[in-house]
Amino acid sequence: MANHPAPGLDRTFAALADPTRRAILARLERDEKVSISSLAEPFAIKLPAVMKHLDVLVDAGLITRSKQGRTVDVRLFPQPLREATAWLERYERFWSPRLDRLAAYAEGKEAETRGMDK
Amino acid sequence: MTSLTLVRRIAARPSIVFDALTTAEGIASWWGPDNGPVLAAHSDARIGGGYMVRFQTLSGEEHEARGEYLELVKPERVVMSFRWVFGGAPEETGNISRVEMALRAIGSETELTFTHAFLRDVSKPGHEQGWSGALEKLARRLAGIDSNMGSNPDPI
Repeated sequence: MANHPAPGLDRTFAALADPTRRAILARLERDEKVSISSLAEPFAIKLPAVMKHLDVLVDAGLITRSKQGRTVDVRLFPQPLREATAWLERYERFWSPRLDRLAAYAEGKEAETRGMDK
Repeated sequence: MTSLTLVRRIAARPSIVFDALTTAEGIASWWGPDNGPVLAAHSDARIGGGYMVRFQTLSGEEHEARGEYLELVKPERVVMSFRWVFGGAPEETGNISRVEMALRAIGSETELTFTHAFLRDVSKPGHEQGWSGALEKLARRLAGIDSNMGSNPDPI
């Protein structure tokens, strides 16, 4: 568990903002270990572009790369994703009941206002 | 994935929802936890103005959040910064995030789209520049926010 998850979270969210990178992560969720050439296959972009995306994911701590002879294998490192998910879940639990109360309050005010209009 | 978005359909006109979001009375009515009291609420609803809300959970823990209004377009849009002064999620103390509330009239009702983004909304590169600028401005102003709220005792 990181002691300072917050700056990491920022990097995690930045890394997740790109659809190609999300597709790479989705592939790595299905297959534990994938070579870079196999990872690049489904994308209509050149290998150097894929490598750049992988750099971003490595910097965000979302994947690890390891060299096996002539091939480089990529694996998912799930901890930052779990922290990002935990952040989203925490604030969903925080805001959701509050927005229900906001709605109830505003609806009460609306009823009062209509009462005064009559 | 970069931010949390919640949508609510509210049976009230947008101007009423807007006031519920931005007045101290409104904030005090909905910001607290279930059955827990809001102890103090303050709102200076103008761009650069601050808001604060302090509430208590049933277990007795006190929490206080503050921020600054970054955009106010009545009755359509509120953008504000958000940070925990104390309580909240302890690992987030000192971090600033962004809350955006968009109000859309549907007949005589309102659709509220509520978005809480971590630090900045990285999914919209076009907005990133503006938000980065706002963050820098915010960092310079943080001490100022606290002094603007002099009627509230220093929480720490």
